[in-house]
Amino acid sequence: MIEIKDLHKSYHMGNNSLHVLKGINFDVKEGELVSIMGSSGSGKSTLLNILGMLDEADEGQYILDNVPIKNLNEKIAAKYRNDFLGFIFQSFNLINYKSALDNVSMPLYYKGVKRKERTEKAMHYLEKVGLAQWSHHLPSELSGGQKQRVAIARALASDPKVLLADEPTGALDTKTSYEVMELIQGINDEGKTILVVTHEDDIAHMTKRIVNLKDGLIIDDSMVNQVRASAHV
Amino acid sequence: MFSRDRWDEILEALNANKFRTFLTAFGVFWGITILVLLLALTNGLKNGVTADFGNFATNSMFMWTQGTSKPYKGMPKGRYFNYKIGDVAAIKSEFPEIKYVSPRNQLGGYNGANNVTRGTKTGAFEIYGDYPEYIKQQPMDIIQGRFISYSDINAKRKVCVIGTGVEAGLYDKGEEVLGTYIKVNGVNFLVVGTFKMSNSQGDSEQDASTIYMPFTTFGQAFNRGESVGWMAITAVDGISITTLKDRIFSLMKSRHKVDPTDERAIGHFDLSEQFERVNGLFTILSFVGYFVGALVLMSGIIGISNIMLIVVKERTKEIGIRRALGASPWTIKSQILQESLILTILSGMVGISFAALVIWVMNSILDNAGPVDNFANPSVSMQVVFTALIILVVSGVLAGLIPANSATKMKPVDALRIE
Repeated sequence: MIEIKDLHKSYHMGNNSLHVLKGINFDVKEGELVSIMGSSGSGKSTLLNILGMLDEADEGQYILDNVPIKNLNEKIAAKYRNDFLGFIFQSFNLINYKSALDNVSMPLYYKGVKRKERTEKAMHYLEKVGLAQWSHHLPSELSGGQKQRVAIARALASDPKVLLADEPTGALDTKTSYEVMELIQGINDEGKTILVVTHEDDIAHMTKRIVNLKDGLIIDDSMVNQVRASAHV
Repeated sequence: MFSRDRWDEILEALNANKFRTFLTAFGVFWGITILVLLLALTNGLKNGVTADFGNFATNSMFMWTQGTSKPYKGMPKGRYFNYKIGDVAAIKSEFPEIKYVSPRNQLGGYNGANNVTRGTKTGAFEIYGDYPEYIKQQPMDIIQGRFISYSDINAKRKVCVIGTGVEAGLYDKGEEVLGTYIKVNGVNFLVVGTFKMSNSQGDSEQDASTIYMPFTTFGQAFNRGESVGWMAITAVDGISITTLKDRIFSLMKSRHKVDPTDERAIGHFDLSEQFERVNGLFTILSFVGYFVGALVLMSGIIGISNIMLIVVKERTKEIGIRRALGASPWTIKSQILQESLILTILSGMVGISFAALVIWVMNSILDNAGPVDNFANPSVSMQVVFTALIILVVSGVLAGLIPANSATKMKPVDALRIE
């Protein structure tokens, strides 16, 4: 599903140049649930941003679902993001003046789905995350866990190939974190490929594979025995 | 481009901060109000000033004789001459571009001595000998009876048409006017009609104290013979009298043995030229109106642009989220553009309506308080309204352009990082 070869990325700030990714190689197969770990500054967020086409690599190859991702203009990048990817952010990033339902519908709106179908689909995904009765509430009327679940529903709405989660539990307490992870595991069980960036060990162990980054290089990439989040809830 | 979803998006965004939306809209509202009002006031001034021309056919000139200033063909300078009635026919046959030629003669004058009596009543009035065409050059409303006709001219009938001022001076209220006689300089004339000037301003008293009688009768009764005091000449529409007048003067000079280079012998007043000059003034004035109004409007538009920039800045993160979810830069740009366009057009419409209300109030005050010098009926045409609308649309797009570009300038990854 994801093939990455020799990925380099540096940031330039004035005369200083910061080499963040120094040649990353890794593949993710369909249906995997991978966590990317590393201390801050290890380059894990940069990697995720490049995977999410929010940023572009300086060098190297990135193939997503057999489509080489390179020389993107913003228009094509937007289309690919819409078609291939679903984002889950640490700070939820819901649009605060839109109801939960409207938030979930947004990727479908940008896909050009008709209003009626859009609402049906969005409702379906809200039900899936267990928030159907909250569909007309604004994000400010929801708890953190509920917000993240709306965000997950939104990420799922356009039926993407890959879900990218950037510290999905970073702003949540332990109990809520496990609830969210349970949901993510459930989605993975249905076959969705998911990448989770985290620095929390317990969260990482709820995935099936841990990739450890340090100073822009992968120092460890190993399968783990998945801990079911439901065991903790 | 304007689907229902887009509408919802735009209304949501504008509703998100109502007070700011209102303040932003106010700038454009004010600008367009001032633009429309300026144009309306210019128009009112124009209406007022052109009303002073009366509604005399504007493509006209008046032509009279003065003493010659050069000796010619054995005749001395300083010689006085008169146009003759034959000149009228000569002008008509020589210049097909001429619509009307009215030879005129006058008795009495403004503040002149009493010259008209009826029984025990007397009055000082202006008395003109005219041809029937004159009413087409100087429109007037015939209240009773009729104006002079060609059979009056041919038969040299002693008839006259009197103004409302004359009627008020010589008759009791409610007394029958038609069929009575008035004595002008000792000669009896039958009154066949009464008139008042349509739409006269300022000179109404003078206009109303006027008596018209057939030109031929006037010549015979007051010993003018074939002489013509002056002529009122109107050219056909589309050909300016100003371009014809020199040729008319040449014809007159040759018919009256005046040196062709004599500039003094023929006096004239070119109404068309004066009218054009005033018109030109108002063209400039309305240009100034547009210019100043557009500048005021522009500050409103800059206001919108400014606020949209702030809005875009505030919504940087939201825009980043939208782009992460698959919004293309054009989608974002067009939404910002449409927001500014809708804000501009809506507030502009309200501004135009408000200006229309102010104009309406002004007009109703003017109607109640009576005419004011040099000002009448401030108004704007539909053309101005459409021009204003076009200005609004263009400026709405312009106002949105910079913010729309800045909205997509930032990379989504940076936009998402902003808190």
